[in-house]
Parts: sequence; C-alpha cells; structure tokens
Amino acid sequence: MTDYRMHILICGGTGCKASESNEIKEKFNHFISEFDLEDEVQVLFTGCFGFCEKGPIIKVLPDNTFYVSVAAKDIEEIVKEHILKGRPVKRLLYKEPVSGEVISESQDMDFYKKQIRIALRNCGFINPENIEEYISRDGYMALGKCLSEYTPEETTNIIKDSGLRGRGGGGFPTGLKWEITRKVESDQKYVVCNADEGDPGAFMDRSILEGDPHSVIEAMAICGYCIGADTGLVYIRAEYPLAIERLKTAIKQAEEYGLLGDKILGADFNFKIELRYGAGAFVCGEETALIHSMEGLRGEPTVKPPFPSVSGYMEKPTNVNNVETFANIPVIINKGAAWFSKIGTDKSKGTKVFALAGKINNVGLIEVPMGTTLREVIYDIGGGIKDGKEFKAVQTGGPSGGCLTKDFLDTPIDYENLLSAGSMMGSGGMIVMDEDDCMVSIAKFYLEFTLEESCGKCNPCRIGNKRLFEILDKVTEGKGTLEDIDKLKVLSDVIKDTSLCGLGQSSPNPVLSTIANFEDEYLSHVEEGKCPAGQCKSLVRYDILEDVCNGCTLCFRNCPVGAITGERRTPHFIDQSLCIKCGVCYDKCKFNAITVN
Amino acid sequence: MSKIKSLSDLKKIKEEVQSKMKLRENSDNPEQFVQVKVGMATCGIASGAKDTMKFFIEELELQAVDAVVTQTGCMGYCYAEPTVEVILPGKEPVVFGYVNKNKAEEIIDTYIKKGKLVDGIIPISFKTIDE
Repeated sequence: MTDYRMHILICGGTGCKASESNEIKEKFNHFISEFDLEDEVQVLFTGCFGFCEKGPIIKVLPDNTFYVSVAAKDIEEIVKEHILKGRPVKRLLYKEPVSGEVISESQDMDFYKKQIRIALRNCGFINPENIEEYISRDGYMALGKCLSEYTPEETTNIIKDSGLRGRGGGGFPTGLKWEITRKVESDQKYVVCNADEGDPGAFMDRSILEGDPHSVIEAMAICGYCIGADTGLVYIRAEYPLAIERLKTAIKQAEEYGLLGDKILGADFNFKIELRYGAGAFVCGEETALIHSMEGLRGEPTVKPPFPSVSGYMEKPTNVNNVETFANIPVIINKGAAWFSKIGTDKSKGTKVFALAGKINNVGLIEVPMGTTLREVIYDIGGGIKDGKEFKAVQTGGPSGGCLTKDFLDTPIDYENLLSAGSMMGSGGMIVMDEDDCMVSIAKFYLEFTLEESCGKCNPCRIGNKRLFEILDKVTEGKGTLEDIDKLKVLSDVIKDTSLCGLGQSSPNPVLSTIANFEDEYLSHVEEGKCPAGQCKSLVRYDILEDVCNGCTLCFRNCPVGAITGERRTPHFIDQSLCIKCGVCYDKCKFNAITVN
Repeated sequence: MSKIKSLSDLKKIKEEVQSKMKLRENSDNPEQFVQVKVGMATCGIASGAKDTMKFFIEELELQAVDAVVTQTGCMGYCYAEPTVEVILPGKEPVVFGYVNKNKAEEIIDTYIKKGKLVDGIIPISFKTIDE
C-alpha cells in the first residue's frame, strides 16, 4: 500500500461527538473523494484531546495544525485550502485568550505546555479501534516483557517500587494491593477494573477507555499474571455507551491477535476479559458495593475486612483497580520503576489526570505531574477564570472532597497535601468557582447528590445526610440560626465517624470545608439574612432604581411572570409577591437600573 | 489475522505497523528530522508539485530516511515551480527550484543523504517575521 502523506485526526470522544464530529468525518470523506485524495489522506477518529472547551478538535499531520471549534461547514474550506494547497485556515486556529496570539501547533499552547501525559499518552494520537496503532506505540510490549522476562513477583515489585497509588480516590499503593492478592492462595482469582466513574463532572476514565482501551486491557492481563488470575472483569456504567463499544472492539481484536485467550505469547498464561454493566450508582464505585453489584446483588457496601483481596467477587480473591491506575501500568513496565518514581512528589509519584470544569476558560481533561500547584493548573493550563472574574474556590475530589480557597493556590497537588488542606484527591474532578458562587449552596448541591446516591444501608449516612441537607436548606432560606452551624459541624463529624463505607465517611466534607473556609458566608446568611453571592433566591431581592430607570420596557417585556409594571418612559416597579427571582430583568437591563440585595 | 505467538512476533508486527505511524510520531518534533516542504499553490500544482511530493514521500520511505514531508503555500518563486524547501536538522532552510522527479532524486541522494549542495538553489530573498 502507499503511505498516506497526511493524517487527519478527528476527536472521537463523547464531548466532540456530541458536537458535530460524526458529521465532520463524513464531510471530510466526501470532499476528500471529490478531490481524489483518498490515497493520500487518511481520516480517522481518535480519543479525547482534552481540550473539550473548544471542541470539536481536529489535528492535521504532519503539519501538526490544531484546529478548534470546527463545524461541518468548515470542512470544504479546510480540504480546499489546507489539504490541497497547504494553507492552514487561520480563522479556525486556537487563539490564546490572554495574549490574543494565534497558535497553530498544539505544543505551543499554554494548555499543553505544562502537561505530562502518561495515562493519556495515546489519547488523541491513535485510532482506538485499531490495535495495530496501539502496538506501534509499544502496545502489549509490557505484557510480552513480563511474560518472558519477569516472574509475577518481579513484576509486582516493579509496580511497588514505582510508587504508583490508586487513582480512583483512596490512593492505596497499587503494588502492595497486588502483592496481598498474590499471596492469598485460591483456585480462582479475579482482576476487576473499576470503570464506575461517578463524580459529577469527572470524565477521566471514560476518556481513557474511549481513547486508549488497549492500555487498560494490557494492564489487566499484567495484573492477572502477577496475582495469578485468569479472568478480568470490567465494571462499567451503561451510561458510557461509546466507551463500552470501544472496549468491546478492543477485547475482540486482542483475542484475534492472541493477546487475550489461552497461552498468551507462547507463555503458560491464560487470560480473558468480560464486561459487567452497572446502572450508574455512585456507591458502586466503592469496591465492596461494586463486587456485590457484579454478583447480581444490590449495590451495597459491606464491612471490611474481609478485603476483596481475600474474599471478593464470588468470595474469591479479587484485585480491584481503577481505569487510570491500570493505564499507567504498561508504561511503568516499559520504562522502569525508577523512571516513574522520578516524576511527582515524595509520596505521590507519577501524574494525575484531572477533569477541569466550572468557571474556568479551558474546560477539559489534563494530565499533570504530582506536585503541580493549583495555581498552575487553574491559571496556566486552565487559562484563568471565565469573564475575568475573581477566583473563589476550587472543589476537588467530587462530592466526597472539599473546597479550597485562594490560600491553597500554591499548594502542590498530591494525596497528602490535599488531605491536610481538608479535601482529597478523589478520582480527579476539579470544579472551579468564582465570586458569583454561594458556598452554602455549593455544599447543599453536593449534599443533594450524596443524599440521592446513598444506598440507605447504614443510619448515619441515610438519616444523617438528610438532616444535614435540611439544615443547609434552612440556611439558604435565611431561616438558619447560629446554633444550626454548630449542629452542622457536630452532625458532620458523627456521620464521618460512624458510616459504613467511603460514601458516608466523606459525604460531609463539602459542608465541613465550606464552614472552615467560608464561615463568614454562613454567618451572613444566618445573622444578616443575606447571600453575599446573590445566589440564594429566598434571600435575594431585585429592585428598580427609580432615578436610573428610563422606562425602556425591556425588563417588563422579558419578565416571565409579569411581576414588572410601569408605563413607557416612566420608572418601572417590581411586585415582590410575584417575583420568582430569576434575574432575567437584571441581565436584560442596559442601564444598570436594577439592584440585587 | 493469525495469532501472535511470541514476543518476537509482536515485535515484528510493531516494526511493520510503525512505518504507517511514522508520520504521526515524527510530526510532534519535526526539527529532529529532515523536513521537506513542497510549494503547493495553484502554480506549483500546475507545474507538477503533486507528483514531486508523492515522489519525495515514497522515495524517502524507500531509502529509510526519517523525514517529514509537508506542503506549503506559494513561496513566491512562481517562475521556478515546483519549488521545494529542505531543512536538514540544525541547518538553515534551502529552497530548490524546478524540482521534477530527476531533481528530487538528486536532492535526496546528494543533499539530504550526503549534505552536499546541488544546483538549482534559489537564494532566499526575504525573511519571515515569525522566525
């Protein structure tokens, strides 16, 4: 075959597919055949590039041109100008928000400069549905190396020496987990991949499975070799249809190539992988609940010990690791424990993938070395706060984590530092808040989530969280007392101490950390009946300034409930009994005549 | 697809598929490789730049030279089309004019592989602002 002179990589992650990337691919194929370029140009889907803020993303190689926010209607121009004549379409290139500089190559973008990609190494580079592209990037070499050169014990020691810790939340040393499971004697053991990503706004695991499914398959086989298991199970939520499809394709290809099955690469090692679907319950990310759900039982946690490494799936020793943890394994085997442990901080090695969300310019998926500061992540990579507003807090660790203030901006990110700052690493969600966010409402939002997701098995979590929510609700209504704030603290501590599993033990974290860092906001809700951010509707009052309003009628015409009255060219008036505090009048007024109190 | 039975089989497949991926691997840091930029504006294409480009891609691959072949817009030397700019790692760009197949062969053999200049160089008459 002739080699293609050009590769067009289209982001095939869920985010970009939800935009127009399917249509974009069709258009490319259409115009490329129209101009007779089929033998010269290859068009393919890859995994997520991480720069979801400006999707759909297209990368043209070898020019290394990085197009952002591409629409199907732009494709004709890209083919005619760039593909045919070598002139990049300037208006679709990325523009740095601060400097306004137009950048054509992704490695020059601030967003990518500080990133080191290990777990995401192949995302946005290979076609996830083609095993050969994975093989060309050292794929399955690590498995081959382990099977032919290392004993299971030696392999486990490499992982132990690398210092890799679980990326799903707890941060338990991965090598140690493998060793414990390996040492338990049993006729049958299991490797489980936890792909039940439940934190709101987090999509690290989904992107890895969509962009590089083979890395997880290879790592699961390596784990099976180490602990002595011949079966791997991926527990994945049915809400991830694209990830499931890609995983299925990848498993099938690996079987066809003999990289899964019996006597893998001629060694005396058999391994197969099956999928198990979850219904998307947050608690099933907890390993004992996950195992029960896989067994067909209710997804409820049980007391540890016994740990899954002793008695897990079908009461057999089971090693559960998260997707991102697995994605690191083949690289560690290939490059060595010493290489990996050089990256990161003293106790947290390697990199971590974060899903940046909230009031930040570059929403997306990033991978940075442990020890990177929050400031670097938020300002350098994330491009700062949207609309030039003031940074207020960043929430890490999802509903189980906490909110960190600007005092923590220069804290290097690792497991220990986040924990001592009152939050946690969690699976890597990072939600940025600005001056317009009310911290009491944020705590209430997370509580609402845990309330919904609590399995109901133990009392502290089921009843305690409900009471926490009710008190928070009271505060946001302006009916709270100082006593209530104390109650929140005491109750939170009790829930943390007495809950059965990680969900309950961490659910009060958003409450505790917002009280610790933003007590003044709680106090102004309680003592003054005011919401400083203007978010709590019961405490907000919109008024029209008589001397500023010129009677343009814009607010009157836009009010959805008819609460605004007034004649043309005379000051208008808001009827407080009808007002639903939607804020439309405030947004629409061109003369700043509306005040929020 | 027959099954891969050993690590050496896997390595063999890796080498086979790597050539297909070379374009992608190399484009991340083109300055480490030989860069060939073919002028592909209307005038270039009309003078046969497409064939020239195809020849460069195939011949460099055949001779196992690690190179990144890209197209570029009109360089302004319309009288000498097809024009090709060659950048050897660490060296200043050199532009060749009237590059047909024979000339391309000569450029590969003499300049790219041995580093000796060949006839047909167009003196660069301008500076670009971004370099």
